[in-house]
Amino acid sequence: MKLELALEIVAQTNAGMVRAHNEDSIAFDAACGLLVLADGMGGYNAGEVASDIAVKVMLEAVTVPLKKSTAVALDPASGDELAIALLGRSIHQANTAIFEKSRSHAQYAGMGTTIVSALFYDNRVVVGHVGDSRLYRLRGEQLELITRDHSLLQEQIDSGMISVENARHSRNKNLVTRAVGIDADVVPEVRLYDVEVGDIYLLCSDGLNDMVEDDDIQSVLYAMQGNLPLAAEQLIQTANDNGGRDNVSVMLVKVKQDFAQPRSWLLRLLDLFKK
Amino acid sequence: MTTKLILSLDGAVIGEYPLNAPRITIGRKPHNDIVVNNLAVSGEHAAIVTIGHDSFLEDLNSTNGVLVNGAPVKKYVLQHNDVIEISKYRLKYLNDRPVQASSDEFERTMILRAPQQTYAVSDKSGDTGQFKAAEVVAAPVQPVPPEQVKSSAPPILLAAIQVLNGPNAGRELNLVKGLTTLGKPGVQVAVLTRRPQGFFITHVEGANFPSVNGHVLSGQPHPLQDHDLIELAGIKMEFYLKG
Repeated sequence: MKLELALEIVAQTNAGMVRAHNEDSIAFDAACGLLVLADGMGGYNAGEVASDIAVKVMLEAVTVPLKKSTAVALDPASGDELAIALLGRSIHQANTAIFEKSRSHAQYAGMGTTIVSALFYDNRVVVGHVGDSRLYRLRGEQLELITRDHSLLQEQIDSGMISVENARHSRNKNLVTRAVGIDADVVPEVRLYDVEVGDIYLLCSDGLNDMVEDDDIQSVLYAMQGNLPLAAEQLIQTANDNGGRDNVSVMLVKVKQDFAQPRSWLLRLLDLFKK
Repeated sequence: MTTKLILSLDGAVIGEYPLNAPRITIGRKPHNDIVVNNLAVSGEHAAIVTIGHDSFLEDLNSTNGVLVNGAPVKKYVLQHNDVIEISKYRLKYLNDRPVQASSDEFERTMILRAPQQTYAVSDKSGDTGQFKAAEVVAAPVQPVPPEQVKSSAPPILLAAIQVLNGPNAGRELNLVKGLTTLGKPGVQVAVLTRRPQGFFITHVEGANFPSVNGHVLSGQPHPLQDHDLIELAGIKMEFYLKG
């Protein structure tokens, strides 16, 4: 099954009610099953520049090699499947591109971006993220946060300094502990998940989840799963109705059909030996 | 910004301590930052760790414990106007920085540059939580005119729909949530949404489009007025505002 037929993808971004600029960037390639969302930071328009570089570099770094090979082929350098290797590597490439640009242009000094990215292949999804942009999954009626923020608040929750309940009142919501383009290297978190038909995936910037409670995200996604463009619009509208203090970006993926990778007889034979 | 503790005994203020160090200790022994010379107070009784704009109160296994606003705590995130009680002494925590600041500067995402080793271990929970060498790098800020900043939320509107025919006739559904679903997801759905400017009905999916006062809706959200008559798949409902 071709990916563009198996997946329905809708993406929307909005500056919000307060900010003059939209520093979020989003991009996807339906044929490759790739989505990238970046929330830039930095003065003047540097945040937009950083997030724009991130999505462009990642899109090219993943789709170009993928079109020449298959996602399940083994990457010789890492020993991982190509999809996993490419997604991780593309975040490093985005990091280098942003870091170099910020070093060579004084007006971009210190710029950086968060990233959340998803690459669907062979009934699975590989998720790569840095910072506090998120990926959620609606399966049945259950909304689950798949990524774990790289933020001071999350570290405080993990170490038991602060409860999830208290975290709502924290003044430290906007401090991320990892970002792309800030240092010479970055540590992306890359994880693989099984996908089921009917799943809905949500990639979002913190402008959504800071303004809209998870329960409300769940009720919108569940009620509007039959109309993805309306669901995206409703999520952004809710964030803006609640104050819209930040840029808000929403990317939705609905898994409509099975998308197992067709394998050649040789690969199937090799799979047999692996077991 | 000032974050401070006001120490008082029996209503009389006996000291004022700004929280300007990453860690401040409270206890009976003289090496503490805040010395409370009373036998009911342990040598090292409690500590306050300040990270960014948050202060954490920690009971250092004191003999007689620590209360915040009357309840015993071991670890606690202090909020503006909290009252910490240690023996007969009271410490009032004042932090005039609002939780949801109205300034653009505050909410702009910033990078907390953790020490290098934190990167290496950051996937192991439990090893995190030391931020002593942390340094906050703030992005230059573009000022936003204050009038653009929305502050208080509008009062919540109350409304309900009442079913007028069919087996559920007479049943009333209060629209208490931001979004109320009519129908079954995957089959036939319309939603009622509550927004600051009022209630709206929107067709989501299914062959039947709802009608309002006899007019069949398009795909767009339709604003609802008091006593509007909604019809969806043969079921008639009345929308009305409450209170």
